[in-house]
Amino acid sequence: MGQTIIEKIVSTHANKQVHQNEIAIVNVDGVMATDTTAPLTIKAFQDMGGEKVWDSKKVFLIIDHAAPAPNERIANLHTLMREFAKVQNIKLYDIGEGICHQLMVENHHVKPGQLFLGADSHTCTYGALGAFATGVGSTDLAGVMLTGQTWLKVPASYKITLNGKLQSGVAAKDLILYIVGQLGIEGATYKAIEFTGPAVDSLSLDERMTLSNMAIEMGAKACFVDTTGLELPYDFNHIYGDDDAEYEKEYVFNVSQINPEIAIPHSPDNVRDIAEAIDTPIQMAFIGSCTNGRLDDLHVAAEILKGRRIHPDVRLIIAPASQKVFLDALRDGTVETLTAAGASFISSGCGPCVGTHQGVPGNGENVISATNRNFQGRMGNRHSNVYLASPATVAASALNGKITDPTTLKEAVS
Amino acid sequence: MIITGKTHVYGDNIDTDRIIPGKYTKTLNLQDLADHVLEDLDPEFRSRVKQGDIIVGGSNFGCGSSREQAPLALKKAGISAVVAQSFARIFFRNAINIGLPVIEVKDHSITMNDEVEVDLQNGQVTNLSTNEVYEGTQIPEVMVKILNEGGLVPYLKEYKSYS
Repeated sequence: MGQTIIEKIVSTHANKQVHQNEIAIVNVDGVMATDTTAPLTIKAFQDMGGEKVWDSKKVFLIIDHAAPAPNERIANLHTLMREFAKVQNIKLYDIGEGICHQLMVENHHVKPGQLFLGADSHTCTYGALGAFATGVGSTDLAGVMLTGQTWLKVPASYKITLNGKLQSGVAAKDLILYIVGQLGIEGATYKAIEFTGPAVDSLSLDERMTLSNMAIEMGAKACFVDTTGLELPYDFNHIYGDDDAEYEKEYVFNVSQINPEIAIPHSPDNVRDIAEAIDTPIQMAFIGSCTNGRLDDLHVAAEILKGRRIHPDVRLIIAPASQKVFLDALRDGTVETLTAAGASFISSGCGPCVGTHQGVPGNGENVISATNRNFQGRMGNRHSNVYLASPATVAASALNGKITDPTTLKEAVS
Repeated sequence: MIITGKTHVYGDNIDTDRIIPGKYTKTLNLQDLADHVLEDLDPEFRSRVKQGDIIVGGSNFGCGSSREQAPLALKKAGISAVVAQSFARIFFRNAINIGLPVIEVKDHSITMNDEVEVDLQNGQVTNLSTNEVYEGTQIPEVMVKILNEGGLVPYLKEYKSYS
């Protein structure tokens, strides 16, 4: 019997042929934890009797979820992480260096065909480059730090074929929102998703990361974006599913028909065509996160806001996904364009998306956000409403003070 | 292991942001977590919960963030087990890893304040208030072992490896 991509990767790491639903003990190529999860991981590692991590070159710690520290309690957790990293001789990315997932990909800590675990649910993002990566909790991660292994159940796979071509002004974010809306928040629970098809081949790495990032919003364990057409700064082997591999479900979507999409409160699968939310007044707009804080995203926003000024009743907050993204955007004038339009740049990190700090909405406020989740209270205030959309929609909405279809805005300008 | 307790019943898709909001997760003090557990979903929960109570959910319980603080907050607040029609993957693993029993029963008609008995050995849940018995889904052998040791920390302390 043929194998899916995930069956192939797990087989390689389990040193035996496996198929879906089998339990396998696997060797892990790398792990990472953030300031939300690492302190508990360190404690669990020590409680397990751990002294040295299994391989200091394969463990990464990132301070991004509450960075810089908003209070002394969190500051002390950051200190705990720094001290552990020093003693263990492992790489720690400190405040402002970037969001964990961006850093793992940008710095080549994860590569195609690898098996990588992160103590963060959006670890599935690395499927953008054909790695099997999944999110686990702190204690599971401590187990890997101790043993270099973990156990897992090989998931069944869904194949999602994307035909056609995205319309101008419609982004990878609109595409993944559309798919999350179609499959639902538990539509792929425990499954591995393979995205393939002509619409995938032309996507940039940034766009592929947006696509795989939100697979967890359907409950998926992992996600793979077909690496055909993917360009990386190093050589790699493509892994494809066999022709006779067994897929539990197959979906085919024509992406040419997708419009700008929006997830309305309070769930990421509450997805609508933007027409249904048009003109909803907004008070806060956010571009950033592991979903949409990359250079492509800032460019799109700058294109819309160049020479203009955001609506006086709106605060536009931007958190680049990494220091590298910020530097690139500084050098090419994007930061200047956006700042001149009224945007407020904050340190690279997760703060507003996870409701830690640096942009918590007030009671009754509506937020349009280029992030991944809009659960009640997600951005730090249960009395606010979060709408999820593409960076173009966020920028266009910030400009008008109300939810705006960016494709209509462009027509009006030209 | 047999666990008996009174229920707190919630619906489908209870996400980890609602179990413990992100702004409270950055701590090693479990009481800090318990003090804010479920506060956006059910502000009265903390004053109502008693040691040994059982949480009952619909489908996809614990979806969203990988934060292990979610099951930790429930456990510290006194919850002895979680019964749901289905669980999000990471929450389920986390709960077992920290020694919070979880059991999936596809169909149940458990209501608020029912007295429920969870029999982990036999994978059964009994609603003592109505005498209905629900069959649970079997969990992998490795999870049974981890749960029997009280969680992944004592398991790995004892065995040092998974193999």
